[in-house]
Amino acid sequence: MKLVKAVIKPFKLEEVKEALADIGIEGMTVTEVKGFGRQKGHTEIYRGSEYTVDFLPKVMVEIVVDDADTEKTTEAIVKAAKTGKIGDGKVFVIPVESATRIRTDETGSEAL
Amino acid sequence: MKIKKYLLALLLSSSAFLMTGSLGAEIVMSAEAAVASGDELAGDYLALLEAQGEYAYAFDFFTTSMLWTVIAAALVFLMHLGFATLEAGLTQSKNTVNILFKNVFIISIGIISYAVIGFNTHYPGDFNGWVSFGSFIGDLSGPGMDTFDYGGVGLAMTAYGDFIFQAMFAATAATIVSGAVAERVKLGSFMIFATILVAIGYPVVGSWHWGGGWLGGLEGGFYDFAGSSVVHAFGGFAALACVMLLGPRAGKYVDGKIKPILGHSMPLATIGVFLLFLGWFGFNGGSVLSANPAGVGLVFTTTALAACAGALAAIAISWIFLKKPDLSMALNGILAGLVAITAGADAMGPLASIIVGAIGGVLVVFSIIFFDKIKIDDPVGAISVHGVVGIWGTLAVGIFGGAVFMTQLIGTLSVSLAAFIFSIIVFGILKATIGIRVSPEEEAEGLDIGEHGQEAYPDFASSSR
Repeated sequence: MKLVKAVIKPFKLEEVKEALADIGIEGMTVTEVKGFGRQKGHTEIYRGSEYTVDFLPKVMVEIVVDDADTEKTTEAIVKAAKTGKIGDGKVFVIPVESATRIRTDETGSEAL
Repeated sequence: MKIKKYLLALLLSSSAFLMTGSLGAEIVMSAEAAVASGDELAGDYLALLEAQGEYAYAFDFFTTSMLWTVIAAALVFLMHLGFATLEAGLTQSKNTVNILFKNVFIISIGIISYAVIGFNTHYPGDFNGWVSFGSFIGDLSGPGMDTFDYGGVGLAMTAYGDFIFQAMFAATAATIVSGAVAERVKLGSFMIFATILVAIGYPVVGSWHWGGGWLGGLEGGFYDFAGSSVVHAFGGFAALACVMLLGPRAGKYVDGKIKPILGHSMPLATIGVFLLFLGWFGFNGGSVLSANPAGVGLVFTTTALAACAGALAAIAISWIFLKKPDLSMALNGILAGLVAITAGADAMGPLASIIVGAIGGVLVVFSIIFFDKIKIDDPVGAISVHGVVGIWGTLAVGIFGGAVFMTQLIGTLSVSLAAFIFSIIVFGILKATIGIRVSPEEEAEGLDIGEHGQEAYPDFASSSR
């Protein structure tokens, strides 16, 4: 099993979710996160003083999939989340040791 | 019983009105007869009228005026909710409980202390013109107190009406300070300071003008209709003194640079300003001290025009000089317009009120930037809105409202200086004794946990249920 971890632009979440549903992914966990990469931050003004916002809002999507599904999952996310502009985000794939469904005690691929 | 009878008569006449489309003379007469014939309500009204004695002719005006006064008092009360939400919105979420707590305390101690000492200090009757400490208000009913006799046409209300309207004003001065010292002041010290300020400082300085004190003896008489100076500049300069003693919030000025500390809710701040705008119709409108139609109409109009002009001016100035249309500046602009018109709301026409409000809106933006430059950290802009613009509003009556300019200048500077010195002394003593500032650790952690052991927004992963 692999953990696919994608950091994407918040407004792309809906499209990514639908793309994943289309290839048969049945569940995911999303978190509102902040961060920066090459995009860096931008400046804002509050009561007359300028300040830099380094950490921009992003959404992190986490999905655990079978090894065989890793590639098409990554492809689906990249395709759906791409705008072509800086700040589109990144996708990471990390090995997963085990998975257990709490309700039924199923483990491994059964639990996904 | 008597109410039932009255309602029945009303029902009869109104159903007849619905059926025929007009009130038949016969039905009106029968309804009147039902009410009048031995009806106790009508009897009560006659008795009430009789009790007015020679003033019976003025009774309706008196009743209307008294009603308007208590409605206005309720509107001024609403301003405290406005202050609370504005302050909470422009500060960090980790200090929200502390902000709200201070506002709850201030309105409560403000009204109680005004009854205990404030009212009779504020309006001492014959006195030396400077200081006369009053006593508890006691019973304000009885002959000469709850009839037209109390204040005649000029102060058309009962003594209780007069008290409660003025009591709502009193807490305002301390509330202004609360915003400026937010996010780092020690709760206990602030509570002591606020109590002394509303119980002694505010009514003593206020008596110089509204109590018939020495400011009235200046050439032409000092003119401050609803308190640009004696309420707002007083609060603003008390706030300046406190902030100077307290110092800026940690992390606000780093290496000579201003690092803004963002307010946590612009919606809350906006709600607050709209509530203040609404309440101000009571603040200024009620200061007519009667329901005199000419006065109330004019004051509502000038108040609204000045507020709107203040907002537009602040929007324009912040857009041009700060390159962005800053919402918090627009909100401060509304308040600046309101503070500016408060001194002369009944003394100038529409055009003048627009000019006065607009200049207030320009002043407030530059003043906020100026105080930030000299490292006077005022999270809500209270010193600028109430202090600086309060002075402008008072002077404006000398330019547009027919008052003597020098008198206005002396008056407003005296009031501002008195507030400043009073606060430096009282807050200074507190600083030297029990301390006025929370520890750096508590400031970083937030005053909600440090002072109250509570959170304003505790909904994430609450630990023990």
